[in-house]
Amino acid sequence: MTDRVHLDRPRLLHLLEAMERIRLFEAKCVELYQTQKILGFLHLYDGEEAVSVGVIEALRPEDAVVATYREHGQALARGIGMDVLMAEMLGKVEGCCRGRGGSMHIFDAKKRFYGGNAIVGGGLPLAIGVALGDKMQGREAVTVCFFGDGAAGEGEFHESLNLAALWQLPVLFVCENNLYSMGMALGRAEVDTDIARHAGGYTMPAEAVDGMDVVAVEAAARRALEHVRGGGGPAFLECRTYRFRAHSMFDAQSYRTKEEVAAWRDKGPILRLTRWMTETGLLHAGDQAAIEERVKAEIEAAVAFAEAGTLEDPADLLKFVSMENVPQEGAVR
Amino acid sequence: MAEKTMIEALNLTLHQEMEADDAVLVLGEDVGVDGGIFRLTEGLIETFGESRVIDTPLAESGIVGMSIGLAVYGLKPVAEMQFSGFSYLAFHQLESHAARMRWRSQGRHTVPMVVRMPYGAGVRALEHHSESREVYFAHTPGLKMVIPSGPRNARALLLAAIRDPDPVIFFEPKALYRSHREEVPDEAETLPLGEARIVREGGDITLIAYGAMLKRTLEAAERLAEDGAEAEVIDLLTLSPLDDATITSSVFKTGRAVVVHEAPRSFGPGGEIVARLVENVFYHLEAPIRRVTGFDIHVPYFAREQAYLPDVERIFEAARETLDARA
Repeated sequence: MTDRVHLDRPRLLHLLEAMERIRLFEAKCVELYQTQKILGFLHLYDGEEAVSVGVIEALRPEDAVVATYREHGQALARGIGMDVLMAEMLGKVEGCCRGRGGSMHIFDAKKRFYGGNAIVGGGLPLAIGVALGDKMQGREAVTVCFFGDGAAGEGEFHESLNLAALWQLPVLFVCENNLYSMGMALGRAEVDTDIARHAGGYTMPAEAVDGMDVVAVEAAARRALEHVRGGGGPAFLECRTYRFRAHSMFDAQSYRTKEEVAAWRDKGPILRLTRWMTETGLLHAGDQAAIEERVKAEIEAAVAFAEAGTLEDPADLLKFVSMENVPQEGAVR
Repeated sequence: MAEKTMIEALNLTLHQEMEADDAVLVLGEDVGVDGGIFRLTEGLIETFGESRVIDTPLAESGIVGMSIGLAVYGLKPVAEMQFSGFSYLAFHQLESHAARMRWRSQGRHTVPMVVRMPYGAGVRALEHHSESREVYFAHTPGLKMVIPSGPRNARALLLAAIRDPDPVIFFEPKALYRSHREEVPDEAETLPLGEARIVREGGDITLIAYGAMLKRTLEAAERLAEDGAEAEVIDLLTLSPLDDATITSSVFKTGRAVVVHEAPRSFGPGGEIVARLVENVFYHLEAPIRRVTGFDIHVPYFAREQAYLPDVERIFEAARETLDARA
């Protein structure tokens, strides 16, 4: 029996709220960047929310997640608290990584959230190891590995797909294909732009899905996970999506036109869901406003928590490099 | 002559040398249509076309390995890593192949290749985006390791690196990319690789630095002058091969030395420099040599970036202690 997506009203409102939490959290991050409370790099997920929400909805608590440097969405969807996430963005000790990881390196041991990996493709072999470890130690869990279309050009992508298939590991590969690896259009980077087909070459079931449709993503993720959980080895899901903003906070975006971005914005995952829910009578007047109000209150509380936090004592920067400084239980959440 | 930032000066070198030498080509991630992650290669693709300004997929190992292949038979690739921290994926190609081609072929094959990499802190990013791991390359026989400290010497050293017959790792201090301008002559000029430069003369102590740390070291030297001590400041410019002669003769004269770098301390460039001084001028030393360095940690997130980096105060204090030391 397939683990189906139930499309009742509460369920759809839940999916909408999950995406709004990511969208509005990041909008607040932009504000905090502009007022220089967040500095350095900030890679926004704006437009890709349906991918992390749809896939992570289909996970169980014991499953592991490996993500990229554009991972605010995965972190929130996986249940890392918005307060400790915001504190992390601001570099505070109260953050989920003591302010050490920041935007690009989110980790959470209890939630089996293994980054936050800033090097493109770098998370794939890690996911293979996590899954192999689970299998060897008899744990019934799946490792979900998120990466972008750019990762398909890296050697580690191919090594990992082969190993996962060769050893029949419980891995779900999720390619967030947003059509650009920074400024490089997919069509200029890959001989075959159908990335799911690459995975097929490694003899695993692979499916491409509309990454702007959260329901379709969740349904596809459940199908893939059913295969993996059944002991069938890895599966591959390519989610076709789009990044609405620059690669990081600023880039010249000479690689695409404003019209192209606007056309994609109109197909965005939140608009898409709310339009469909409106047409089918599942979204009532005031629903979205109520969600936004709730989320904004959560964000305000998270910002207050983060701003009240403390910066790490420079003397403590020497901690957590090697064994003698292993944190006490509970020190890193 | 025109006032240029380091970005503009390096861009000028690429334009001029590609114009002068058809064998020179540029490749890397986003170096073409997008003009480079730091906009350093802007305008090249319009001038020289897609065959000489090659946008590659994200494939660092492939970029460097391919550059080696291009270089062994007549071309002069200038490859870009978007950040030096991304080069770890290409380390195998640099260490196992680029560095050894001349050795293995008894000089029949050479690899006249440059790999440009922005390095160091200063953009308030963390870890891979701010690291200073020059020792990986300086430690590898067969690779040259060059690190400029300003627009004019960056421009001249990059040209020398492109014309050099061996593989050169060219670290660009990204903190200085747009920090200031310098007069840069219109006509092409080079600086010899392997030569350090004395940028401030003094007889009391030698301060040795390079890259983004040079400016802070010079500021510390000015504070020492106010304090009555004249520091000689050496800008290494090339880390490997290291210019023993310039360093040795300066410390022979002053008897005191401090080495400054933002790389982590343990097994860092300072260790090698101090070892050479101990070997060469031990009997002329007046005080223990000190190092002012990054800590043995990863570059932290923005809020504590400056706590990681050597600052003027730390350099000044180390120099002061060295000056005050009595045998």
